[in-house]
Amino acid sequence: MSEESNIDIYRRRFLSGTATAAAGLAVSPGVLLTEVAHAKPADEAVTSAVRWGMLIDTNKCNNGCNDCVTACNEEHNLEGFGRPTTDAQWIRTVDLKDKQTGNVQTLPMLCQHCEHPPCVDVCPTGASFKRDDGIVLVDKHICIGCRYCMMACPYKARSFVHETLHDQMPYSPRGKGTVESCTFCVHRVDEDMQPACVEACSANDHNAMTFGDMNDPDSSLSQQLKQYSSRQIRADLELNTGVRYRGI
Amino acid sequence: MLKYSLITLIFSLLLGVYTPGMAADASSDENTSGPFIPKAQRRYSDTQGCVEPTDEMRTNHMEYILDQRDATVHEGIRTKQYSLTECINCHVSAAPDAPHADSEKHFCNSCHTYAGVTIDCFQCHADRPVKSRFQPLSKNGGHPVNTAGAPVALTAEQPQVLANEGIGNE
Repeated sequence: MSEESNIDIYRRRFLSGTATAAAGLAVSPGVLLTEVAHAKPADEAVTSAVRWGMLIDTNKCNNGCNDCVTACNEEHNLEGFGRPTTDAQWIRTVDLKDKQTGNVQTLPMLCQHCEHPPCVDVCPTGASFKRDDGIVLVDKHICIGCRYCMMACPYKARSFVHETLHDQMPYSPRGKGTVESCTFCVHRVDEDMQPACVEACSANDHNAMTFGDMNDPDSSLSQQLKQYSSRQIRADLELNTGVRYRGI
Repeated sequence: MLKYSLITLIFSLLLGVYTPGMAADASSDENTSGPFIPKAQRRYSDTQGCVEPTDEMRTNHMEYILDQRDATVHEGIRTKQYSLTECINCHVSAAPDAPHADSEKHFCNSCHTYAGVTIDCFQCHADRPVKSRFQPLSKNGGHPVNTAGAPVALTAEQPQVLANEGIGNE
């Protein structure tokens, strides 16, 4: 009997070892688990046939993990000036603490790319706008820096650039006196790539973020939204956010 | 009367001094041919240097850039022909010591200083080619100068795209 149980233990170890190795292969760094299947020619305008969205599984967000934030800061060269209250922040981690049990959850908070964005409603110049494919942006050529949109956003998703900037990325122009926020990495999305945060999350084997087309019932995002219960933050405002959360 | 004659005298003196000066400036312009304009990195095609004939670009480049700006920001149209990023990729050196937009040696600023026109494009936009982590798929019009890191194998259609842009002719 004792021999048999030892063999069982060895078998179990072997199986679990191979399973881990297989899992490691399946999500090796840099490999995208879900490809965005919407090739758009460069000379064609975006259409409302697509609505880009994101699902964040907060159960997979480890406390203290900051990979999505780091990736965003690197991608858009969001340098800090040692002023945490006003430094630009396109995505941040928020800790939710259940006061009764002491349980702490971490979740990334970014522009929720609402279907009915309050920032667009209040913008006096039309700089704040929603693209046809659902991505909410600031046209900084038109922005006068009044910051109404920052007051209107229930998610505190927007930042104002207070400092003169240098070394901006060619695909991510940023400048003093304008408001900015998460663009869903629109420069990547237009090239059929995933946002930098999503790519970093899956490259580091967390796989907490899924990006895709909410209008396409076959997309990985739509499938997951159908299968699992998810929530919009401040759903009571009826903004129909493009970013949904699981596990909160 | 003395006052008026003095003023007339001063005016005539000023004119007298200034007119030959203007003439001298005009003649020196012909010699140095205006501002120093850095050479572009590559040609658009065999017959054409820039994306439109040079005279047209010198007169109307701002119109092309403005139209492209709205198309890109609002509609996600990312063609390369009139893209400001591609202007910079071709007209400004990628060397680490390449001039910034506030230098008179920068392609844009060389002319704009000469013409006395202040532009604010580069308060936000990159004024030099930047190597970045982001490498777009070139089938949608990627940035050949921006490719950083390991070389990526060309897809079937890429050589044709590059040839169309005159990159392969170098």
